[in-house]
Amino acid sequence: MAKIIVVTSGKGGVGKTTTSASISTGLAKRGLRTVVIDFDVGLRNLDLIMNCERRVVYDFVNVIQGEATLNQALIRDKRVENLYILPASQTRDKEALTKEGVEKVLNQLAEQFDYIICDSPAGIEHGALMALYFADEAVVVTNPEVSSVRDSDRILGILQSKSRRSELGLDPVKEHLLLTRYNPERVERGEMLSIEDVNDILSIPLLGCIPESMAVLNASNSGVPVILDEESTAGQAYDDAVARLLGEERELRFLDLQKKGIFKRMFGG
Amino acid sequence: MSFFDYFRNKKGPNTASIAKERLQIIVAHERNTRGQPDYLPQLQQELLDVIRKYVAIQDDQVQVQLDKNDSCSVLELNVTLPDKV
Repeated sequence: MAKIIVVTSGKGGVGKTTTSASISTGLAKRGLRTVVIDFDVGLRNLDLIMNCERRVVYDFVNVIQGEATLNQALIRDKRVENLYILPASQTRDKEALTKEGVEKVLNQLAEQFDYIICDSPAGIEHGALMALYFADEAVVVTNPEVSSVRDSDRILGILQSKSRRSELGLDPVKEHLLLTRYNPERVERGEMLSIEDVNDILSIPLLGCIPESMAVLNASNSGVPVILDEESTAGQAYDDAVARLLGEERELRFLDLQKKGIFKRMFGG
Repeated sequence: MSFFDYFRNKKGPNTASIAKERLQIIVAHERNTRGQPDYLPQLQQELLDVIRKYVAIQDDQVQVQLDKNDSCSVLELNVTLPDKV
C-alpha cells in the first residue's frame, strides 16, 4: 500500500518545493519507488527545482481530464532511479483538480509506487486542500518566524478537520514538523525562535531542522535537489529527515555555533 | 560583526522571546475559534444590536460560545448587564 505524504505549510516561500524535491529524491535513493506531484496549478515550479522543466509534455490536469495517460505524463528523473515527477498544469483553472479526479490518479499511482509526495501550493485554498485531503502523513514546513508558525498552526487545524482521514473518522494524519532556514547563531543571540520555542507552540514531533544554507539557492539555481549536495549541511540535514521519516533514529545535527577566530570576529564575516 | 561592534554591548533585545509570547497568545485564541461555524461572529453582532435596544452595553459584554458534545451542540450566551439599568 502506497503512503501518501503531503508537504504543506500555509505560508509561501518557506521551502515546500525544496523539501518535496529533497524528500522524494532521498526516498528514491533508498530504493523506494517514489512519485512527487506538483499541486500548484498555474504556478508550477517543482519541474524547475527538479530540472525537468523542458521535458514536460502532459500534466496532472491532462491526466485527470483523460487527455493523457498517467504514464505519458510521468517524467522519469534522470539522476535517481525509482523517481518520477508529475508536473502541475501551468494554464488551467485550479478548480480542474476535482476530488474524484485526484483520487482516481492517486489510486492509480498507488499501484506502481511506494511513496506519493504531494507538493502543496501556499495558502488554504482549493489546491492546498486537494493536496492534503488524501494524505496519510503531513510534513509541515515552518520557518522560525511568527507568520510562518501561525500559518502552520492553521494548516494543522485543517489537517485535523478537513482531511479524508478526519472526515471518515480514521486514524488522524500523522504530523511532522520540519524547521527550515534555521540559524543557530541568531537563536543564540535571542533573535530567532529556537526549536524548543516552535515545539512549545505547535507541539508536533520534529522530523528535522534544516540550517540556513547557501547550498539551497545554489541547488535550485542548477536544478539539483539539495539533498544530492552531500557536502552541504542542508543536504545532510534533509538526509537525516528522510531517515527519520522511515523510522530511523538520528541525532539532530548542525545546531552548534561555529567558533569564530579572533580575526573573523574583529574584521567581520 | 566588525571591529567596532566588538566593543559594543553584544546583547540586543531578545526579540525571540517577544515573538514566542505573541505567538502563544494568538495561536491559543485562534485554536479556540477553530471549527466554529462562520455565522457565529454575525450572530454575536446581531444579538448585541437587539440587546442594545433595551440596555446600553459594550461589545465585550456579550459572549457567544458553541460547545459540541457527542449528540448535540450547546450555544452558550453570556450577557453581562450593567448595575444600573
